[in-house]
Amino acid sequence: MPTFELTPMMMREIIMDHYSSPRHKADPVKDGYVSVHAESTNCIDDFHVYLKEKDGIVEDALWNGVACTISTASTDILCDQVIGKSFKESKYMIEQFLNMIEEKEYDESVLDEAIVFINTGKQAARIHCATMGWTAMKDLMEDK
Amino acid sequence: MFDLAKIRSDFPMLRNGIQMQGKPLVWLDNASTTFKPDSVIEAVTKYYTEQTSNAHRGDYDLCHNMDLAIAEARKTVADFIGAESREIVFTAGSTESLNLIAYGYAAYHLQAGDEILLTEAEHASNVLPWFQVAEMTGAKVRFIPLTKEGRLTSENLAKTITKNTKIVAIAAVTNVLGYIAPVKELAEIAHKNGAILVCDGAQSVPHLKTDVRDLGCDFLAFSGHKMCGPTGIGVLYGRYDLLKETHAFLTGGGMNVRFKKDCTVDVYEPPMRFEAGTQNIEGILGLKAAVDYLQSVGMENIERHEKELKRYAVQKLQETGMAHIYNPDSESGIITFNIDGVFAQDAATLLNSKGIACRSGQHCAKLLNDFLGTVATVRASVYFYTSKEEIDALADAVSHGKEFLDAYF
Repeated sequence: MPTFELTPMMMREIIMDHYSSPRHKADPVKDGYVSVHAESTNCIDDFHVYLKEKDGIVEDALWNGVACTISTASTDILCDQVIGKSFKESKYMIEQFLNMIEEKEYDESVLDEAIVFINTGKQAARIHCATMGWTAMKDLMEDK
Repeated sequence: MFDLAKIRSDFPMLRNGIQMQGKPLVWLDNASTTFKPDSVIEAVTKYYTEQTSNAHRGDYDLCHNMDLAIAEARKTVADFIGAESREIVFTAGSTESLNLIAYGYAAYHLQAGDEILLTEAEHASNVLPWFQVAEMTGAKVRFIPLTKEGRLTSENLAKTITKNTKIVAIAAVTNVLGYIAPVKELAEIAHKNGAILVCDGAQSVPHLKTDVRDLGCDFLAFSGHKMCGPTGIGVLYGRYDLLKETHAFLTGGGMNVRFKKDCTVDVYEPPMRFEAGTQNIEGILGLKAAVDYLQSVGMENIERHEKELKRYAVQKLQETGMAHIYNPDSESGIITFNIDGVFAQDAATLLNSKGIACRSGQHCAKLLNDFLGTVATVRASVYFYTSKEEIDALADAVSHGKEFLDAYF
C-alpha cells in the first residue's frame, strides 16, 4: 500500500512528465521485438507497441507514434512498469489497471504510478486513450 | 429582423438548460451536426401521430396525402436551391449523394486515362468514392493545388485541368478551413474543358444562399442534419440531363416500372429511380420543416450573423495569446486552431470539462494535415443560433489551456 496519498497536483505532474519526456517512446533498433498497432477511431492516437521477451520476463517495452497526452503518458508508464516483470505479473497488473479505469474492483497495490489515471472516467471520450496501450500490450502477451 | 433570443427559444437543446460536465452546454460543433427547432421535431412527430402511411404504395387517403406531402417537400427543397423538383433526389445524406454520383454516374462515364480532380481539403466522402471509381475505371485522381492559406482558386483549377479531366469534385465550403470556393468560376472552367463540376455542399447549403443555376454546378450533395433537419436524410441535386444518364445503385421497390424473368428491368425516370425502398419519410418531412425554418430566419441573415461571429471568435481567440488559428481569413463560421503547447485532443477534453463541445482531430479530411503541418486541430463551428457569449466561453477556456489536465481532477 502507498505510504502517502498522491495529490491531484502530483498526479498532474506525473502525467505531464511522461508526456513531455517519455522514457520509452522509440522504435526498436535491435531484433527480437514483437509489435502490435494501436489506433483509435475517436482520437488521433495511432502508434505501435513493441515487446521483447526473454524466458517469460519482459526484457524491454517500447512504443512509438502519434498520441495525445493521456495515451502517451499511460503507454509510457505501462512500458516503465512491465520491464523486468514476468508475463504473469504484467498481465495481472494490466487487468487491475483496466478494472480501475472501468470503475470495477481492482488491486491498487500493483499499479504504482499508473494510479494517476484513476479519474479518466470523468472524461469518457478519453477512456480509450488511457487504455489502448495497455490492451495492445495485453494482446501481445496473450499471443505468447 | 434577426432576433437571436427568439431564435434560441425555438430550440429545445438551447432552452432546456442542457448541461455537459455540470456546466451549461456551449455547442460549437455545428459543422458536425446542428440542433433542431420545435417545428422540425413536430413535423417528425406528426408523421407518427397523425400521418403514418407509406408513400406511393396504396389507394387510400393517408397514402395519397403522403405522396402530396413528399412532393411538397421536394418542391420546397428545389426552390431553396433554385432547382426543379425532378432534380432533387432524397438520399441518406451527403455521403450517399456523393457515392451515388460516383457509382451511378462516374463509373459509367469514365474510362482509362480520364481524370478526376479533387483538392487536399476534401472530406473523406468526397475523396474515397472517387478513389473507388478510379480503380474501377482506370481513371486517375489528381489534386488541384491550394494556395498557401488552403484556399481553392479558379486560377489553380485553370492551371491543373486538362482535356482529360472529366470530373472536378470540390467542397463549396471546406469542412476544416471553411473557405468558400468560387463555385461559379470553377464551373465555367470545368465546362469550358468538357468536365462536370460536382459540389459537396454539406458545409455550404446550411449557411449560404444557394442557387444551383447561378452557380452552374452539375451535381450538389448536402445533408439535412447539418441544417436543422433530422439525421439520415440528405439531398442530391443533379442537372436533369445528367440524372437521366445516372444509373441507380440501389435497386428494389419504388424505382422500377416492371421487370421480367429474362432479367430485363425498366426503371423510373429521376428522381424516383434513385429512391428504392420505402423512403425516409419522417426525414423528408423533417427536412422540409428545416428548410422552411431557415427561410423564415433568412439565409442572408444567417450568413451575416455567422460572418460576424467568425470575426468575433478570431479576435477573441487571438486576444488570449494562446491560440494558433489556421484559418483567420476564411469567410464561413469555422475556426480551426490549436492551443499553444496543448495537443488537440487534450484541448477538446479541456473544453468538454467546461461544457464546450468542439471537434478535435482530422475532421475526416485526412489529406489536409500534411498541408497544415500538424497532426490534429480543434475546430469550433458556429451556426445562426450561436451567441457571442458562447464564443466568450470558448476564449475563456482557451486562455486556461495550460491547465488542460484539470479536466481529470
